[in-house]
Amino acid sequence: MSAVLAAEGVGRVLPGEIPVTLVQDVTVAVERGEFAVIMGPSGSGKSSLLYLLGLLDTPTSGRVLLEGQDTSGFGEDELASTRLRKLGFVFQFHFLLAEFSVLDNVLLPVRRLGELAEDAARQRAETLLDQFGLRDHRHKRPHQISGGQRQRAAIARALANDPSVILADEPTGNLDTQSGANVRQILRDLTHDFGKAVIAVTHDLTFAKAADRQIGIVDGRIDPGWRM
Amino acid sequence: MSIQLGIAVTHLVNRKRPTLVSLVGIVLGVAFFLAVSSLMRGSERDFIKRLIDNSPHITVSDEYRNPRVQPAALRWPEGAVEVRRVKPLNEVRGIRGHAQKLAFIESLPGLRVAPVLTGSVVLAFAGRTQGVTLTGAVPSQMKRVSTIGEKLIEGSLDALASNPNGLIVGVGLAKKFSLRMGSVVNVASAANEARALKVVGIFRTGGASYDETQTFVSLKRAQNLLDRTNRINRFIIQLDDPYRARDAAALIENRTGYKSVSWLEASEDLMSVLLVRNIIMYSVVSAILVVAAFGIYNTISTIVMEKTHDIAILKSMGFHARDVRRIFLVEGIMLGAIGSVMGVLVGLGLMGVLGQVSFKPPGATQVVNLPLYWGFEQYLLAAGFAMISAVGASYLPARKAGRVQPVAILRGMG
Ligand SMILES: Nc1ncnc2c1ncn2[C@@H]1O[C@H](COP(=O)(O)OP(=O)(O)O)[C@@H](O)[C@H]1O
Ligand SMILES: [Mg+2]
Repeated sequence: MSAVLAAEGVGRVLPGEIPVTLVQDVTVAVERGEFAVIMGPSGSGKSSLLYLLGLLDTPTSGRVLLEGQDTSGFGEDELASTRLRKLGFVFQFHFLLAEFSVLDNVLLPVRRLGELAEDAARQRAETLLDQFGLRDHRHKRPHQISGGQRQRAAIARALANDPSVILADEPTGNLDTQSGANVRQILRDLTHDFGKAVIAVTHDLTFAKAADRQIGIVDGRIDPGWRM
Repeated sequence: MSIQLGIAVTHLVNRKRPTLVSLVGIVLGVAFFLAVSSLMRGSERDFIKRLIDNSPHITVSDEYRNPRVQPAALRWPEGAVEVRRVKPLNEVRGIRGHAQKLAFIESLPGLRVAPVLTGSVVLAFAGRTQGVTLTGAVPSQMKRVSTIGEKLIEGSLDALASNPNGLIVGVGLAKKFSLRMGSVVNVASAANEARALKVVGIFRTGGASYDETQTFVSLKRAQNLLDRTNRINRFIIQLDDPYRARDAAALIENRTGYKSVSWLEASEDLMSVLLVRNIIMYSVVSAILVVAAFGIYNTISTIVMEKTHDIAILKSMGFHARDVRRIFLVEGIMLGAIGSVMGVLVGLGLMGVLGQVSFKPPGATQVVNLPLYWGFEQYLLAAGFAMISAVGASYLPARKAGRVQPVAILRGMG
């Protein structure tokens, strides 16, 4: 059982007069050091599946296991604490807080976790920013740097509490080729050099080819016959 | 600095205008609260001070609080027979054993006492007559318990000691009867005693009815005029601390058996009017702070609306609902705290300005300043109420922020 994140028969139905099925009976497992991508047509439920795997949303059937632990009994606060410590998110639009500097954005989850003293926290954030070539931009606001730099800052923030899994929703969807390649390389290195698991939704074929595994989603289900 | 506090400060600092507007509301609310409170409480104290200065703190009179029980009722408490037409025993009125009672009262700390005899007499002068209240007192004792000595515009209280037939009248009575110093008037009592007394002093208290109906003579003269040799029917008591009057009156009544009325009891209706006035005043000034709190509510709920995406990000990152709530509550607390501090300062300034205002009330001879109360507790009250309003105003938006579902926002973003 080396799967760090696993879904077992996971489904998600939005209640309502006409219930909407977002995800149906998905069983999938991702291992440490694995780089997996989720692909599929627009509206097929890729983002919905990623929110379920990232404990942002709770399944209406099936269960999600993180590091072997069943999360189906978790309350809202427990889910939040688990996200803080073990999961990192990167979205298509960078989602940095506009009113804070790049450095303060990266520090947000570290300070919230509160396990490092202020000096050590700063040290950690600055090391991450160095790693992604953002040292000189750390005191700038998000709108003062380029889209590729913002996405790298978002990855740095996702890594701030040293999570075991990074979940990314179209992380290169809004970037030029050069920046996209850069982000792709970073995510790949995270898995192969640092043993993180990365699950990324993508439409980008080059990006998908760099991954260890491609998972196809059609109409909320895994399509076993999916080919790029 | 906690991360929630940091985010809260950033929100407010980056929204200077709405922050300032809601602060101004609280500042003005607190300042106005203080100005009105200090004026109302000041005038109340001024009023009470006059009341305390001009009336006895405790009056012990030769009456009982409850009518004496008939001996028959004591003997047969359950008795079904009512004895009709029972008349109370004819007794010579006055405080029995007044020498011992006076000694007891004098033994109590922090008070001064004067025994007096009062009664009704008829005053006759130049063909006019009028019933007045006559008070007989020893001048040296009277001076210690009453300000009447200071109210004399002509003559002096001590003249009663040197002239056994001296009479002191109020300015209203003097005018009505055209009395002057040295005028001789005839004074007759129901005891069929009559005497010619000489005006040796004229007082003015400012109370029209008092100045027309009160007269003073020496205790001895009152005792023979009213035919109550060696008797007195009242103790007038003045305390160092007037607010002890209620307890002291109860003690004296308990020990002497005679009705002892404190100034608080005597002016109970006035006191309840003052209480109602305070309740109205504090309701109005608190309502102003509640209105000011709407400014805070408006500012913070606008921030929550603007920051819904940020809240979704924070929650997806692992912030708990209560972390998010705390951010916006802290914003309310900061606005309330800064507003209170600045409001107290502006309020003090306003009170300073009010303190400079002086005017001449109609009919008065002297210029007076507005009476202001500078008591510490009203600052706490104003600041406390401002804080409660501010926290209350931020509570609803904070709760709403805590309930933001990150997935709902993320889905909207594609
Ligand atoms: N709140 C919602 N109400 C109704 N339908 C929704 C809601 N959210 C998403 N959907 C639908 O669910 C499907 C899956 O959406 P999503 O997971 O975002 O797909 P993808 O990321 O693959 O484009 C889409 O058809 C979308 O229109
Ligand atoms: Mg999507």
